[in-house]
Amino acid sequence: MTVVSDTPATLLAGVWEALRAVRDPELDTDVVSLDFVGSCSVTDDGVAHVALRLPTYFCAPNFAFLMVADAWDAVAAVPGVARPDVVLVDHFASDAINAGVAARAGFVSSMAGTEVGEAVSELDDLRRTFTERALMAGTDLVVRPLMAAGATPEQVAGMTLGDAPASDDLRRLRTRRRELGIPSDDADPLVVDPTGATVGVEALPLHLRKARSYQVGVDANTSICRGQLAARYGV
Amino acid sequence: MGRVATTTPTTTIAREAVAVYEKNGEKYFVVDSHMHYWDASPENWVPGAEQYAKGWIECFHAYQSLGPAETHQSIEEFQKVSEDQLMREVFDEGHVDVAIFQSTYLREWYKDGFNTSERNGELAKKHPDKFRVNTRFDPRDGDAGMREFEKNVEIYQPTGVKLYTAEWNGDSRGFKLSDPECYRFLERAQELGIKNVHVHKGPTIWPLDKDAFDVSDVDHAATDFQGLNFIVEHVGLPRIEDFCFMATQEPNVYAGLSVVLGGLMHARPRFFAKVMGELLFWVGEDKMTFGSDYNIWEPRWQVEGLVDWDFPEGAEYDDYPRLGVDGKKKILGLNAARLYDIPVPTECRLSSDTSAPASPGDAELVDREVAQA
Repeated sequence: MTVVSDTPATLLAGVWEALRAVRDPELDTDVVSLDFVGSCSVTDDGVAHVALRLPTYFCAPNFAFLMVADAWDAVAAVPGVARPDVVLVDHFASDAINAGVAARAGFVSSMAGTEVGEAVSELDDLRRTFTERALMAGTDLVVRPLMAAGATPEQVAGMTLGDAPASDDLRRLRTRRRELGIPSDDADPLVVDPTGATVGVEALPLHLRKARSYQVGVDANTSICRGQLAARYGV
Repeated sequence: MGRVATTTPTTTIAREAVAVYEKNGEKYFVVDSHMHYWDASPENWVPGAEQYAKGWIECFHAYQSLGPAETHQSIEEFQKVSEDQLMREVFDEGHVDVAIFQSTYLREWYKDGFNTSERNGELAKKHPDKFRVNTRFDPRDGDAGMREFEKNVEIYQPTGVKLYTAEWNGDSRGFKLSDPECYRFLERAQELGIKNVHVHKGPTIWPLDKDAFDVSDVDHAATDFQGLNFIVEHVGLPRIEDFCFMATQEPNVYAGLSVVLGGLMHARPRFFAKVMGELLFWVGEDKMTFGSDYNIWEPRWQVEGLVDWDFPEGAEYDDYPRLGVDGKKKILGLNAARLYDIPVPTECRLSSDTSAPASPGDAELVDREVAQA
């Protein structure tokens, strides 16, 4: 160890912190909160060993690949980590995914010639689709309390991000907007659709009704995944 | 077609008649429109594919853990239930009056298939008044698949099929209902008397590619095949909202509640309430159908639970449509009975008897409600 401040203990904390930025795109929740990190350690030589686990043996391999690849990048970026060693365990495509991520290969080429076969597309579109859904669901989380407190559709349609009270949900909504290339400064409109277009007062009720449906879908799916993980690992 | 033979009670093996489920003076005629009779025992695993056969049934088994603890089974029991056990748990104890078998082949992993029309059909033959046997097709199987489908229709006289659009087949990573090959099968299905197309759009069924949950293909097919009903099983989880927005527009699209009830009602009652609220709002009680997904979950607690169910206290549920006794009767049996032409005893029908088929007006109604929301 040449860097005195990076003892394994603080390094380990840094790795956990980095993993909190890795999320299941479908559930829009980080892998630490979801208990998807089965083990995490840093050895004296600075290698960060992370084992990810999922609710079922057959969880969709494309999502699994995204999470393992994101975790690899996040852990690699932690100062003091000499090398990341991130693997997916107990999954039907573990070998193909682990080899592909370690070789920095894309999803399609990683899956070619394996039991998973050749996937139909790379994952950027998938990530964008789910980020758009996260934007809709996040809009529900931020706006519904405002409406419950008495805000009218006219008022909400005229609000900017800076007008909404600070909250974790609002911070997350801003992040998703940035990821989609949608302006997210204080002066930008609070309610936009996934293309970034402003939602007028006429369209607002249906837009919010749909946003709520997205949030319910995320919640329902998350609860099933958590239940499956608990049954599988006794957590 | 000789279809009447499947509903003639005189050929029934003698079983003690079980009265329809009654609660608070109300009688509920129950149609379980999505259930299975599988063999996932190790003896049926294909050599070389054991890890998939094992992984598959373990995945199903984990779903069972979301039901009440007293209904949990050991993995050995879960892999293969006996005929007697099925008849007891579904009909004698489970309050089901008529059950509709859906098939899942998975021959790559299970020697005799996981849950074929043949296996279901053998049991149904012994209790013809209790079962309807749906069959399946896969448009990627081409002419040979067409011949098998036609043969199965001749044998089992189904009015329904179950399709898995996400299933892998050779080099194919799934198909869409809107594919020309699939339209060929849907056209033939219609000619052969098929009325109901159950489509699996839901939790992991097989290695999935990105479009596996996409329901836009159902949208197209439902528009082009007005004579068919499309029951979207598992309501498109995890993309319930895409399903809801689509179903609102299509009068012949239904919400199949398998997994919704079994996976959420007991384990996550508050989320269950919200999902029900969404479905009641967008799709409506006339187009929701009960399915237990047996043997993942027994029907008994699901039927009893839905009959007793109401929204929890809380402002967050206030703007969802309420579900009353009539709505529960429709969801538990009357809607599916209408889809499958199953006779309903007079005392179980609604006093208002709203048995008219769904019409485009239903969708317009929802649109109006949305506009007023």
